[in-house]
Amino acid sequence: MKYIDEFRDRDLCLGLAKKIESILGDSEVTIMEVCGTHTMTIFRSGIRTLLPEPIRLLSGPGCPVCVTPAAYLDQAIALSEIEDVIIATFGDMMRVPGSGSSLETQRAAGKKIAVVYSPLDALNIARNNPYKKVVFLAVGFETTSPSVAVTAIEAKKSGISNLYLLSAHKRIPPALRLLAEDRDLNVDGFILPGHVSTIIGVNPYLFLAEEYGIPSVICGFEPLDILQGICMILCQLKGKRAALEVQYKRAVKNDGNPGAMALLNKVFIETDSEWRGLGTIANSGYAMGEEYKELDAGEVFPLEEMPSAENEGCICGEILKGRKIPNQCPHFGESCTPYSPLGPCMVSSEGTCAAYYKYG
Amino acid sequence: MPPITNMDKKILLAHGSGGSLSHSLIDEVFLKNFNNPFLSEKDDGAIVEIGGTRLAFTTDSYVVKPIFFPGGDIGKLSVFGTVNDLAVMGAEPLYISCGLIIEEGLDRRVLEEIALSMAQAAQIAGVLLVTGDTKVVEKGGADRIYISTSGVGIVKKDLSVKGIEAGDRIIISGSVGEHEVSVLLAREEFPFRSQVTSDLAPLNRLASDILVVDGVKFMRDPTRGGLATTLNEIAEGIGLGIMVYEDKIGVSDGVAAVCELLGLDPLYLANEGKMVVVAKQDCTGEVLKRMRKNPLGRESEIIGEVAAELNGRVCLRTRIGGTRILDMLAGEQLPRIC
Ligand code: SF4
Repeated sequence: MKYIDEFRDRDLCLGLAKKIESILGDSEVTIMEVCGTHTMTIFRSGIRTLLPEPIRLLSGPGCPVCVTPAAYLDQAIALSEIEDVIIATFGDMMRVPGSGSSLETQRAAGKKIAVVYSPLDALNIARNNPYKKVVFLAVGFETTSPSVAVTAIEAKKSGISNLYLLSAHKRIPPALRLLAEDRDLNVDGFILPGHVSTIIGVNPYLFLAEEYGIPSVICGFEPLDILQGICMILCQLKGKRAALEVQYKRAVKNDGNPGAMALLNKVFIETDSEWRGLGTIANSGYAMGEEYKELDAGEVFPLEEMPSAENEGCICGEILKGRKIPNQCPHFGESCTPYSPLGPCMVSSEGTCAAYYKYG
Repeated sequence: MPPITNMDKKILLAHGSGGSLSHSLIDEVFLKNFNNPFLSEKDDGAIVEIGGTRLAFTTDSYVVKPIFFPGGDIGKLSVFGTVNDLAVMGAEPLYISCGLIIEEGLDRRVLEEIALSMAQAAQIAGVLLVTGDTKVVEKGGADRIYISTSGVGIVKKDLSVKGIEAGDRIIISGSVGEHEVSVLLAREEFPFRSQVTSDLAPLNRLASDILVVDGVKFMRDPTRGGLATTLNEIAEGIGLGIMVYEDKIGVSDGVAAVCELLGLDPLYLANEGKMVVVAKQDCTGEVLKRMRKNPLGRESEIIGEVAAELNGRVCLRTRIGGTRILDMLAGEQLPRIC
């Protein structure tokens, strides 16, 4: 494909890998790629095999499926038990284990669960099934939430009153602050998610360099982008400076996409949110705002508080924080594989455990 | 092979994906119950000997949704699919049977269109549809129509993974992913349209064009689970590794665009008119020449080689020069694509 191919050019990539090696010298550097899409590019293109040993790439908490807590899945599963409810969800959520079951198992047991590729598909299902209640599992970061906001607005505008959202939307910057504050983590640089920045702009990340002195680069998703991002971080480290730089200039504007932000603020309000493995982070999520409360599945369907349990021994949390790598988990590749995952990091195509397992 | 941990529970869509779960199901349910030397070969078909003649025998069921898609329909698919299974076993396909399961209420014209399409497909492939059966189930008991076909053919050359050695080359007859993407885009839940047509085609002529070359050791059509799954099956069968080169594997612009959008990997997408060939290195020139002469093999390429060192795994040399493992498909990619 034109345009994309240029960012997968072998000679350019190998050239950058050489440059990285020469800047690095013999220092050891740990860089965290925050976003699951970056993790996938890194594994799929084999970038690690091009980089010199002393560069350690850690995967961060930027896989939306992985950070969705078991309690949320338990709620979704409980909703799927209700007679006239159709659950609409992105495919990645299907196999994530809740405390007892998963949506995939629910579907095999005859519950109505539809896999969709966009929240607007959920709206169509609602339109075509006026006597059913369609609950869309709204998970994802600032890249996904605007399209969910559009869907909510559209549902209201066109008088579709049988679509509900179960929001577990998350905001990336508060999670980054948690990581930056973590003294055990020792991250020398952050590769920041480019597509989140196309929405929120660059300012929400400034604190990483300004308050914590960590070099950070907002990066695109092609192999060349990532290699260039690593190069930029190394240059900062070498020059003993810390700044927020944008590698993904072809898509990111300084103020992001104010239109999309306005939609988000119209439909959602910021709220404290639980991240699987990281705990509850203040103001790190989006809940339905006042004006859209009637679409809030959490309000409309009274569900009992259920005790929910993460799988014992699953160290996804430590992995999402970059403290451990999958090989250090006793379940990895043994009782936990993509065929029968114990934790979300093994399920999601963007999960770190799945990436290690598949592409090793 | 991973165990089926939900053995006591339910069959999931992923068990029919052609990937790892399908393989475990075969091992743990079917091989256990009907074990015999033919079945344990775990090929797409069996080779049986009757009165001194070696016959290839295969069967397949088709549940594709929707039943019409750009480049084909369930009828044509059910004929070519079985023809191709026989062809890659080194056989000349001769006779096909077909069983139809029809949902009450199917439009008669739809059935006629499918029957016509099957007849044309049989004619193109040079096989005869010699026997069949029809059942109608109540509304909701099936989804419109399912077709099951079996086929027999005479074995012209014995092919087996057993002859494969390190240094042999892997060839594919063209670009990957078109069938699955065309079916996917034909589904109403996909909001965008694109120009991808299924590669559905009969491979028997292409196969017989190269069977005469001595060094051709093995052929397989990479259907469900795609090229990656086929390569893993080969690697597993021979206990040797395979290295493939990403930049040699053709992916059309339309398929690449859909994969980018939906996060799919073209190497795991089903094909219905492509052939993977394993051949001795010194005959690859001849094999490629013959394949490229056939319109179905015009874009044939050497995409990799069998390697002793890789610990029995399939590895991909990526476009940017890195290396990664190319594993068997885990879980469900997309159900009902054939
Ligand atoms: S290998 Fe499985 S159990 Fe271990 S951390 Fe990863 S997902 Fe959790």
